[in-house]
Amino acid sequence: MQTLLGIDYPTLWFLVVGAVFTGYAILDGFDLGSGALHLFFKKEESRRIALNAIGPVWDGNEVWLVIGGGALFAGFPEVYATIFSAFYIPFMLFLTVLIFRAIAIEFRSKEPMLWWRKMWDIIYSLSSILIAVLLGVVLGNVMQGIPIDKDFEYQGGFFNLLNPYSIITGITTLALFMMHGATYLIMKTENRLHTKLKILAKNTSRFFVISYVTLTMATLIYLPQTADKFRSYPALFLVPLFTILTIINTRRLLEKGVYFKAFLSSALTSALLLITVTINLYPNIVISTIDPAFNITVYNGASSQKSLGIMLTIAAIGVPLVAAYTTFVFWTFRGKVKMDDTSY
Amino acid sequence: MDVEILSRIQFAFTVSFHYIYPPLSIGLGVILVAMEGAYLKTGDKIYEKMTRFWIKIFALIFGIGVATGIVMEFEFGTNWATYSRYVGDIFGSALAAEGIFAFALESGFLGLLIFGWNKVSPKVHFFATIMVALGSMFSAIWIVVANSWQQTPAGYHIVGEGMKARAEITDFWAMVFNPSSVDRLSHVIIGAFLAGSFLVLSVHAYYLLKNRHVELSQKAFKIALVVASISGLLQLFTGHHSANGVAINQPAKLAAFEGHYDSLKAADMYLVGYVNQKEQTVTGVKISGGLSFLIHNNFTTPVKGLNAFAENNRPKQVNAVFQTYHLMVAIGVTLIGLTLFAMFLWWRGKLFSYKWLLTIFSFSVVLPQLANQLGWFSAEMGRQPWVVYGLLRTSDALSKSVKANQVMFSLFLFTFIYATLFALFIYLLNKKIQHGFEEHEAIPEHSKRNNPLLN
Ligand code: HDD
Ligand code: HEM
Ligand code: HEM
Repeated sequence: MQTLLGIDYPTLWFLVVGAVFTGYAILDGFDLGSGALHLFFKKEESRRIALNAIGPVWDGNEVWLVIGGGALFAGFPEVYATIFSAFYIPFMLFLTVLIFRAIAIEFRSKEPMLWWRKMWDIIYSLSSILIAVLLGVVLGNVMQGIPIDKDFEYQGGFFNLLNPYSIITGITTLALFMMHGATYLIMKTENRLHTKLKILAKNTSRFFVISYVTLTMATLIYLPQTADKFRSYPALFLVPLFTILTIINTRRLLEKGVYFKAFLSSALTSALLLITVTINLYPNIVISTIDPAFNITVYNGASSQKSLGIMLTIAAIGVPLVAAYTTFVFWTFRGKVKMDDTSY
Repeated sequence: MDVEILSRIQFAFTVSFHYIYPPLSIGLGVILVAMEGAYLKTGDKIYEKMTRFWIKIFALIFGIGVATGIVMEFEFGTNWATYSRYVGDIFGSALAAEGIFAFALESGFLGLLIFGWNKVSPKVHFFATIMVALGSMFSAIWIVVANSWQQTPAGYHIVGEGMKARAEITDFWAMVFNPSSVDRLSHVIIGAFLAGSFLVLSVHAYYLLKNRHVELSQKAFKIALVVASISGLLQLFTGHHSANGVAINQPAKLAAFEGHYDSLKAADMYLVGYVNQKEQTVTGVKISGGLSFLIHNNFTTPVKGLNAFAENNRPKQVNAVFQTYHLMVAIGVTLIGLTLFAMFLWWRGKLFSYKWLLTIFSFSVVLPQLANQLGWFSAEMGRQPWVVYGLLRTSDALSKSVKANQVMFSLFLFTFIYATLFALFIYLLNKKIQHGFEEHEAIPEHSKRNNPLLN
C-alpha cells in the first residue's frame, strides 16, 4: 500500500475528513451557537448586531459541511452511502432546518413588521438549536455503532437512532456550540450586549461542563470498549484532560479581556473533542452492532489507492488556497460589528 | 408507489428546483463583472448603482441556490446509496474538487461582495466580484463533468462482481475529459449566461416600460443584450455539437430525440411533432432525412433507430424526450431571433422605441429558464433506463434500507418547503424590483420629454 510520511492513504484521508469536520465544528459551531443564543437577546438592536456579527461569514462556514460531505463521499463511499441512507429521516429533518435557517437569516431584516422579525428570529434560533442537536445525535450513533449487515446495509428503524446515549451527545454538542458562539459574540460586540454576553458565556460553559461530564460517564457505561482503548494507551488520557484545561483557559482569558485568544481556546475545545471521537473509532468508521466482522473500516470502506492519491493532490493544492482567502475575509471583517447600509 | 418511482420524482423535483438558481447566479456573475468593470473604467456612478442593485438580487438568488444545493449533495447518499457505492471512487473526486475549488471560493468572497462595499477598496471589491463569478462557473464544471461521466463513462474499470461491483478510476484526465463533458459543459454554461442576461433584460425592460430609472436601465439593458446575443448564437453551436456527440455515444438517446424507430430508414428531423409510442410513428412538420443529414451529411443514409435496442435497454418515454428536446431547441431559436432583432434596432438607433418589444423582453426571463429545465429533462430521460450509461440501471441504484413511506414523507416535506421558499423568493424579488434603485444619490430622473418611449 502506498504511504506518505509513513501513513497509508486511507488513514491519511480519514485524517483529512476528520480535519474538515473539525473545521466545520469550529466555524459553523460559532454561528450555530450564536443562533441558539439568539432569543436571549431581547432588543431589536441587539438581535441585529448578533446577526450581523455572523453575516459575512456564516455562508462560508457552512461550506465546510459541503466539503466534508464531498470528502466523505470521495474517500469513503461505503460510509457515505451507509450513513446517509441509514439516517434517512434525521438527515431530511436536518436539511429542512438547514434551509429554514438560511432563509431566516436572509429574510429577517427584509421587512420592518414586528411579527415578521419575531417569526424569523424564532425560526432562526430553533433551527440553529436543532442542527446542533441532530449533528450530535448522528455523532452519538456513529460512536455507538449501528446495526448494519454484511453488505453494509442498515437493518434498524428510525427509533433505534433516538437512544439515551445519542441524546446526550446531541445536548453536549448544543452546549459546546452555545459556549463557542457566546465567546465569538463577546469578541464582536460592545456595551450592554457585550456585558450580557459575558454572563451568557459563563452560564453556557457551566451547561457544557455538566453535559460533558455526563457524556463521559455515559460513555464509560454504554461503550466500555472505549475505556479499554484508553487503558491500553494511557497517554490518551491527556486528551480529555486538555479538553477541561481549555475550558478553564477560555474562562480565564475572557476574564482578562483578551477575547480573540479566548475564542481560539474555545475552538481548541471543539477540536479536542473531535480528536477524542477519532481516536475512539479508528480504524473503524462505522461499527456494526450485528457483528464486528461487518464493521466499515478505513480500509474496506475506502476508495482505490489511485483515487485517494488524486484527491490528496487536490486537497494539497486546494486547502492552502481556501485557508488563505478565508483568513483574508475574516481579517477584513475583524473588529466590532458596525452597522451600515449593507447590513442585514 | 414504489421506492424507485418516488425517489426519481424526488430527485427530479429537487434538482429541477435547485436548477432554477445556479444558472441565474452564473449568468448574473458575468454581468456583474461587466457592470462593475464599466464602473471602474469610466468612474460613472450610474454603473456603481447598477452593480449594487444587482448584487443584492444576486445574494438572494445565491442564498437559495446554496440551500437547495446542499440537499442535492446529501440526496445521493440518502436515496441512491447503491449508486453512491458504485460511482464513489470516480464521482467523489469531482465532488470534492468542486467543494474545495468552487464553493469555498464563491462563498468566501460573497461576504466581501455584499458587505464589503465600505471595507475594501473598489479594486479589491471588483476582484471579489470576479472570484465569485469564477467560483460559480467552477461549480458548474465539476458537477457537469460528473454528470457527463454518467452519460459517457471513460477512464475507469469495473472491480468486483454482482452486488459488490464498483467502478474504479484508472485515468483521471480521461474521466474529466470523457466524450461528452466539453460539449455539455459549454452548453450548460452558456445556457446559464442566457438565464442571467435575460433576467437583467427583463427587469430593465420593465423599468423602461414604467418609465423609471430610464438612463440607467438603457445602459444595463445594452450590457445584458450584448451578453445575450453572443450567448444565443453560441448556444446553437454548442447544442449542435452536443447532438453530434449524442449520435456517436448514445444512439438510443438520439433516436428518442427524434422519435426514430426503424434502423433501415433515413431519419427525419421534426420542427414540431407528436410521437405515437404504440404505433412507433411521428406526426408533425419535418425536414425529410434531416437527422441523417446532420449526422452523415447525406439525406438518405439510414440512422440506428430505437428498435435496434432491446426493449429494456432504451428509454420508454420517447414522446416526453421528443417534446422536451424540441421545445428547448425552439426556445433557443426564438431567443436568437429576439436578440438579433434587438441588436438590429440598436444599430438603427431605435432599440427603445417599441413598447411591444419591451413588453416581450419584460416577460422573456422565463424562456431560458424553461429551456434549461427542458434540456436537462431530455438529456436525463433520454439516458434511461441507465443511471450510468450501459453500466448501472436506475432500478438497481437505490438505497436498499430506505422504505417507500420514508421517501413519501421526504417528498411531502420538500414539496412544502420548496413551495414556501419559492413564494418567499418571488415576493422578495418583486419587492426589490419595485423598490428599484437607491434614489438618494441623485441621478436626475429623465423628464418625460426625453423619454424615447413617449415621443
Ligand atoms: C452529477 C449528477 C447529476 C447532475 C448534475 C444532474 N443529474 Fe439528473 N440525475 C442524476 C444525476 C445528475 C442521477 C442521480 O443519475 C439520476 C437520479 C435517477 C436517475 O436515473 O438519474 C438523475 C435523474 C434525473 C431526472 C429523472 C429522470 C427520470 O427518472 O426519468 C431528472 C428529470 C433530472 N435528473 C434532471 C436533472 C436536472 C434538471 C439537472 C440540473 C441540475 C440534473 N438532472 C443534473
Ligand atoms: C445533482 C447535481 C447537483 C448537486 C449534487 C449540486 C450540489 C450543490 C451544493 C451542495 C451546493 C451548495 C454549495 C455551497 O454551499 O455553496 C450547490 C450550489 C450551487 N450549484 Fe449545484 N448541484 C448540482 C447541480 C448543479 C448544476 C448542474 C450546476 C450548474 C450548471 C450547479 C451549480 C451550482 C452553483 C453555481 C451553486 C452556488 C449557489 C448558486 O450560485 O446558486 N449545480 N450545488
Ligand atoms: C439552439 C438550439 C439548441 C440545440 C440544438 C440544443 C441541443 C442540445 C442537445 C443535443 C442536448 C443533449 C446533450 C446530451 O444529452 O448530452 C442538450 C441539452 C441541454 N440543453 Fe440544449 N440545445 C439548444 C438550445 C438550448 C438553450 C437555449 C438552452 C438554455 C438556455 C439549452 C439548455 C440545455 C441544457 C441545460 C441541457 C442539459 C445539459 C446537457 O446535456 O448538455 N439548450 N441541448
